[in-house]
Amino acid sequence: MSDLSTRHIPDRLESPARRLLKSWEVLLLAVAVSIFIANSFASPYFLNAWNLSDATFNFTEKAMIAFAMALLIISGEIDLSVASIIALASTAMGAAAQFDVSAATLVLIGLGTGVICGAFNGFLVTGLGLPSIVVTIGTMSLFRGISYIVLGDQAYRGYPAEFAFFGQGYVFWVISFELVLFAALAVIYGILLHKTDFGRAVYAIGNNPTGALFSGIKVARVKFILFVLTGLMSGVAAICLTSRLGSTRPSIAFAWELEVVTMVVLGGVSILGGSGTIPGVVIAAFVMGLVTFGLGLLNVPGIVMSIFIGALLIGVIALPRLVDMARR
Amino acid sequence: MMHALKSREAILLGAILVLLAMIAWRFPSFVSPGNLSNVFNDTAPLIILALGQTLVILTRCIDLSVAANLALTGMVVAMLNTAMPGLPIAVILVISLALGAFMGAINGLLVWKLAIPPIVVTLGTMTIFRGLIFVISDGSWVNAHEMSDAFTGFPRLQFLGLPMLSWIAICCALLCLVMVSRTPLGRAFYAVGGNPNAAVYAGIDVGRTQFAAFVLSGTLAGLTGYLWVARYSVAYVDIAGGFELEVVAACVIGGISIAGGAGTIVGAILGALFLGIVKNALPVVNISPFWQLAISGSAIIIAVAFNAQTRRKPGRIILRRAEATS
Repeated sequence: MSDLSTRHIPDRLESPARRLLKSWEVLLLAVAVSIFIANSFASPYFLNAWNLSDATFNFTEKAMIAFAMALLIISGEIDLSVASIIALASTAMGAAAQFDVSAATLVLIGLGTGVICGAFNGFLVTGLGLPSIVVTIGTMSLFRGISYIVLGDQAYRGYPAEFAFFGQGYVFWVISFELVLFAALAVIYGILLHKTDFGRAVYAIGNNPTGALFSGIKVARVKFILFVLTGLMSGVAAICLTSRLGSTRPSIAFAWELEVVTMVVLGGVSILGGSGTIPGVVIAAFVMGLVTFGLGLLNVPGIVMSIFIGALLIGVIALPRLVDMARR
Repeated sequence: MMHALKSREAILLGAILVLLAMIAWRFPSFVSPGNLSNVFNDTAPLIILALGQTLVILTRCIDLSVAANLALTGMVVAMLNTAMPGLPIAVILVISLALGAFMGAINGLLVWKLAIPPIVVTLGTMTIFRGLIFVISDGSWVNAHEMSDAFTGFPRLQFLGLPMLSWIAICCALLCLVMVSRTPLGRAFYAVGGNPNAAVYAGIDVGRTQFAAFVLSGTLAGLTGYLWVARYSVAYVDIAGGFELEVVAACVIGGISIAGGAGTIVGAILGALFLGIVKNALPVVNISPFWQLAISGSAIIIAVAFNAQTRRKPGRIILRRAEATS
């Protein structure tokens, strides 16, 4: 029908139910379910409450950053320094832990480092008007570089016992603290993006920054806040990861920025900005977690998994465009 | 315009000379001709990659897969050499150029035909190429004793007082200089990056030009792959890990605008030399090599901030000229 005329106007709009069925989120959910079923056939160890609970650690920390990154990418910017912020925040916490400070202080230091790093990125991008890709490639080297200066080839250990709860604690049966935090953050970011003025401003900026500016949105301030939020979430992820590993090396969370960006893009967020949803990112987190966990159970080494992640990243963007080209 | 660009390179050259003077003040042996040619030779891979990256960035793209391309090509030729020690170096060179070009073409096709943002494409292919090294090598190393003497000796061949590696970098630089300033393709890189819409009206295929830039960048990365593996006499999964950032840093420091269309080959070479001198000077002035990463990062940020400052000038100069003539 569509080849009759490009200006063909349908008699009536598609029903919401049909539109939902065609949406990226539903497609992704179908992928997640099929991976889940395939996994349970591929390995007898997959359908086990504790194993599945372990599997969530594959994505919870990355997903926390991905929520903030989704907002940032929707607004048309990107932050490639998130993994390095984790390294720096973890190093700061490790250095503090050597002076026998309390777990609460460590958490504040982790969050504070994240906020400072995010604000630094935000200042360079919105204050000086520099392109975020280059700025965050620069701060990516700088932040991790500082960790290397501090630590060299050493590692920090000796975190207080209470600190272990954030990465190793369980709230109820197999439900880990990280999983609860992940769910809470998903709800918070979902409301922030989809139900508040701030969220609408983020979409507006991503679609047309100049238009947004002329409609009274403080574009620079919103972008600055988004960078700070991304830094803060990297700090949260640093606390969880450091607590889970119990040690800090400067190479901690190496190349995570790639997986976080992949998660966001896989979740249906346009890399060019302007569109995407938090539920999409949540499902994408589960898809990536299930894929890595399933392949892990089949003894596939981590670096080979990264081939799948890389192919997934290109594939999910290429597929709709290939389908489009085939239709024409 | 030309004037401002020229001064940009002059500033960088000045900075390099000041840097050298500061090092020479405490450690005179650092600036002896012998040591400087060593520094140049050590920086040669960075220069070659920065040349390719410059072409890509000129067309408003970015290629983050160069280091992974280098490592994969290096591993392939190292394994080929182990399996067939008799293979002439000329064949090895052709294979590394072709393989690099092929990987560059994959990037280019995805950017050209599917219009996927270059940063996403090359982030993806970067991990895929790295993963493939593990797949083909099974995670093991190819060590010096498994490589033939001709294979490892080629980059070290002395010619007119300089090793082959340095000469290849010089040749690549000269070729790029001529191409960028004297050929339609070279001018197209600037046109596409400067104003894609205007480029289309001038009869330039934007996607095809970007594709060409990626192929050239990949080709140079492939060539460097062989040279790198032969020079260090070892190939493993993680060689040149994170090197893509150093390459981008060299370009940004050299004044190549990440927004495309502005920057010169000479600038990129000077940017690479700046980083190379810093890297080689660190151990001499007794600073831990762990500082290298933070210094590169700071250099990128300072350079990009500096670029943004100078970018505002041309407009003002045009306005001033327009005002003066009216």
